[in-house]
Amino acid sequence: MKKTFFLLAAATALAGIAVPASAQGMDKVKACFIYVGPVGDFGWSYQHDQGRQYVVEQLGDKIETAYLESVPEGADAERAIERFARSGCNIIFTTSFGYMDQTNKVAKDFPDVKFEHATGYKREHPNVATYDSRFYEGRYVLGQIAAKMSKVGTAGYIGSFPIPEVIQGINSFMLGAQSIDPDFKVKVIWSNTWFDPGKEADAAKALLDQGADILTQHTDSTAPMQVAAERGALAFGQASNMYNFGKETQLTAIVDEWGPYYLERISAVLDGTWEQSATWGGMADGHVVMADYTNMPDDVKAMAEETEASITSGEFHPFTGPITKQDGSEWLAEGEVADDGALSGMNFYVKGIDDQLQQ
Amino acid sequence: MDMTQAIILTIMTAATPLLLAAIGELVVERSGVLNLGVEGMMVMGAVTAFAVAQLTGSAGLGAIAGLLAGMVFSVLFGFLTLTLVANQVATGLALTILGLGLSGMIGESFIGLPGLKLATIEIPLLSDIPFFGRLLFDQDPIFYTSIVAVVGVNWFLFKSRAGLRLRAIGDSHSSAHALGVKVVRARYLAVMFGGACAGLAGAHLSIVYTPQWVENMTAGRGWIALALVVFASWRPSRALAGAYLFGAVSIGQLHAQALGLGISSQFLSALPYLATIAVLVIISLNRRMTLINTPASLGKSFVPER
Repeated sequence: MKKTFFLLAAATALAGIAVPASAQGMDKVKACFIYVGPVGDFGWSYQHDQGRQYVVEQLGDKIETAYLESVPEGADAERAIERFARSGCNIIFTTSFGYMDQTNKVAKDFPDVKFEHATGYKREHPNVATYDSRFYEGRYVLGQIAAKMSKVGTAGYIGSFPIPEVIQGINSFMLGAQSIDPDFKVKVIWSNTWFDPGKEADAAKALLDQGADILTQHTDSTAPMQVAAERGALAFGQASNMYNFGKETQLTAIVDEWGPYYLERISAVLDGTWEQSATWGGMADGHVVMADYTNMPDDVKAMAEETEASITSGEFHPFTGPITKQDGSEWLAEGEVADDGALSGMNFYVKGIDDQLQQ
Repeated sequence: MDMTQAIILTIMTAATPLLLAAIGELVVERSGVLNLGVEGMMVMGAVTAFAVAQLTGSAGLGAIAGLLAGMVFSVLFGFLTLTLVANQVATGLALTILGLGLSGMIGESFIGLPGLKLATIEIPLLSDIPFFGRLLFDQDPIFYTSIVAVVGVNWFLFKSRAGLRLRAIGDSHSSAHALGVKVVRARYLAVMFGGACAGLAGAHLSIVYTPQWVENMTAGRGWIALALVVFASWRPSRALAGAYLFGAVSIGQLHAQALGLGISSQFLSALPYLATIAVLVIISLNRRMTLINTPASLGKSFVPER
């Protein structure tokens, strides 16, 4: 691209005319995606691929896409990203937290390629942008519903890895629940995997066996929803709408909508206006969407809708003080709102969670 | 059902696919063939079982179809390694990669559909035994099959003439061939048995364990089954013990977490593997015993001398 630009600049200089702003853009863009799970996980990777397909629909023949699925986090990811960078991709979306260092490493060697890393916080080179969604906004609503709907006052939470994004979710869920029932309990199991239906099902069973009657998850398969359905418990869908797996079980689901963001960023590459950024879209941006509220009485539904509306309008932030840390120390004073920096590095629990984080 | 029963039941569900796939591979390896394609055959079994169950409305037919799919897939492996004498390790790995890809393609239209679950069969009288009755005698047919397979394979390998021949082939295919044993035919049958078991293990995943189809849903269980065969030092009863030990530790660690004991979750997740290694070390302390059970021709290609 640098070369093209140089040629263009030379040509314009010769012709003596002004370069229109779009001259740095391109006619056709190749966008590439790296997924941590299979596109058929019906969860996280599935939703990213839905986003990719959305952009293809919108841009038609101006875009060519490619994707690699089930790319393990770590050294393999670096090879995959580099392969894409070499194969002529103009923009590469790496869609899992564990690709963070690899993305930055490859970006250094390919300054002309744009890199977009999901859920991370490192932007070491000007061609690396990060993006994420404020899933915790949805989790607060889930927590409130859980506290209203649980008969025993205990929810089971299946976590993947103890990283800030997941911890944010657990805390937000707990804060939501505590806003209804101050004694609400959350049991946490870390599966140490993003995707393993069998293991997720086992974790769900263990949580239900130990007395939880509502499940929520931060892993990618529909297995926990099915276990809940089988046992007559309640559950929340994750990443995509899992209603079909628990018609009498799903209360709602946090649905990730990546399409609009992908369209915006890929169009920016086409126009030549792409710039480094750190996007953190939430309900207000349409990145976090709640599935229909089902299997709950009208008053609970009304409460959930109200909370959703006040988060969307910006009137309410789930992390608003007073909030106490698990160890009893004060984190946020009355009325104080957490800033994004504190949230994206979150490595502690709020008070009341029945689990300990390893530091 | 009390909590102990619930936990044991979860362990049994987790152990069954591992046990089935391991017992099949055990027979294959006893015949001197190393088939690293267990994961691929399993995932083919899973997708076929799910698809057939969806299309016919019968989970039972799905299970049978899964078994057959694994078997058909293993014939491909047999053809390449036994007839064309290709390298077994490379072919097995290729089979896994092919299986994962092909199953994703076949299963594409089944993503996001809730599946049918294989019904349990209650055995009268026996299921009334207190505590263990419900656990052992009110299960799905695949669980029963896995137990029958252990007993059957044990009998076959150590009590039957055909089993003796199979072990002889595994220990020295040339000697067995010189004695007039049909090496290739016996190995084909062993490989097909292994495929059928892996296919059924896959079917268990998609119509019993988690009744749904998602790509790559085996999530490495085929590899664990392969490790279990070594762990079992090629003896069926030890494969049973290994599969249940592995299942028990994996489920136990989840419960330990839910109890909030404050032990590092990363450590707990590694526990099943650490336990496996520990037992392996203990087993291999007796070097002579290990060697007696290891099929001496394992992984070596056989070309009959003329």
